[in-house]
Amino acid sequence: MSQSYNRGLIEDFSRWREFEAGMWAWIFHKFTGWVLIGYLFTHIAVLSTAIPASGAETAVLQAGNDVYTQTIVSLEGLLLVRVLEVGLLAVAVFHMLNGARLLLVDLGVGLESQDKSFYASLILTGAITVASVPTFIAGAF
Amino acid sequence: MSTQIPKQTEKADETAAETETDAPSKGDERRAEKRRRADERRRQREAEEAERAAADENTVELRVFRYDPDVEGKQEPRFDTFHVPFTKGMTVLDALMYARDSYDSSLTFRHSCRQAVCGSDAMFVNGGQKLACKTQIDELEEPIRVEPLPHAEVTKDLVVDMEHFYDQMEAVEPYFQTNEYPDGELEEQRQTRENREKIKMSTRCIWCSACMSSCNIAAGDNEYLGPAAINKAYRFAMDEREGEDVKQKRLEIIEQEHGVWRCQTQFSCTEVCPKDIPLTEHIQELKREAVKNNLKFW
Ligand code: HEM
Ligand code: SF4
Ligand code: FES
Repeated sequence: MSQSYNRGLIEDFSRWREFEAGMWAWIFHKFTGWVLIGYLFTHIAVLSTAIPASGAETAVLQAGNDVYTQTIVSLEGLLLVRVLEVGLLAVAVFHMLNGARLLLVDLGVGLESQDKSFYASLILTGAITVASVPTFIAGAF
Repeated sequence: MSTQIPKQTEKADETAAETETDAPSKGDERRAEKRRRADERRRQREAEEAERAAADENTVELRVFRYDPDVEGKQEPRFDTFHVPFTKGMTVLDALMYARDSYDSSLTFRHSCRQAVCGSDAMFVNGGQKLACKTQIDELEEPIRVEPLPHAEVTKDLVVDMEHFYDQMEAVEPYFQTNEYPDGELEEQRQTRENREKIKMSTRCIWCSACMSSCNIAAGDNEYLGPAAINKAYRFAMDEREGEDVKQKRLEIIEQEHGVWRCQTQFSCTEVCPKDIPLTEHIQELKREAVKNNLKFW
């Protein structure tokens, strides 16, 4: 039936190469959606260090010696984290823009230019990401 | 143009036979020598021909998927190379037919109308689902890779089993049904121009299965109706002459678990359809129809 017939690696590779815009959009949307969920959990983990910090003395908080501040400061001190943040922004922006595109597709609006709206999402994502680099990387070196 | 089963075994037998004869006569030796020379000349000529064919700008190189479960030497899928003389306006189907008629009569593929009407020659050409008779050679990059449709069982060479596709088409009851008849017994069932215009594109399907083969969801979910069947359902669900009752029945088929909601709007089917049917658009419209049919706030 519709299971794929095994014609070896070469063919799988050629199929991979031949995706059209809509298929790439789907793959990227799936990927970015799951990355965002992954981020959501690490985000919760980092934020929850604020729970013990809330019990700390005012003096400790003012000195910035509580767990939460320490965690954030040390994380933001890592170049890797800064770079990952740029990546996260790219992922989130693409997911939002393409999500808007998908909502239009669901409403049956502009289906003939679905490929162009995908390319537009990509270009806009790229532009916004590049523009965000100075903000994220500032003081990292 | 090696399309035959490799001949190694035959050669091994020959040498064995030669060593067995204890005292070959002069005549035998001479004849054997002659045969060897003739063989060599033939091989040289073939190599030259292949070289010339490859160098000649007016030939196209085809790499065709071959597989035949019934012949022992062909059970391992492989690609055969054919050099076909190019003529203006040549389609992939023309080239395949030339290869079959001139080089290897065992090359197997379906075709009939040769004009994009019968839907029997959808294939995987250079990594995309194409109707071979509607695909111009000079629009393709060489070498041209021709394979059977992905996500379908290969029967032989470029022929795939279409049974599952036909089952899905039948599942949507692809024929006109109504219980609203015009008054006079011999009266025609007339359709408004606007309604005809609405379903026009959806009536064009030639059941080639290119869309089904291109669909990532259909590949993973055998029960998914697939783009062609949903388009067929659209063709009738949107036909006003069928009436409300039949439309309700059609919507039930359409909105079942493996119906329209499996579609993830990847647009692969719409890209490959040789009849330019806006499949995704039709599927999306049916999704909205299904929602409107079930959501009642008043
Ligand atoms: C403005 C923000 C967002 C918009 C407009 C949006 C839009 C969408 C849309 C329309 C879909 C459905 C895709 C389809 O039809 O196949 C989707 C899927 C998804 N979204 Fe979002 N989304 C947003 C934010 C988020 C966030 C913050 C997360 C994670 C925490 C997320 C995770 C996902 C996941 C996991 C999927 C499913 C992907 C799949 O398996 O197909 N999204 N999104
Ligand atoms: S909808 Fe288009 S691609 Fe699908 S079977 Fe019909 S003609 Fe072929
Ligand atoms: S041979 Fe009939 S559609 Fe191609």
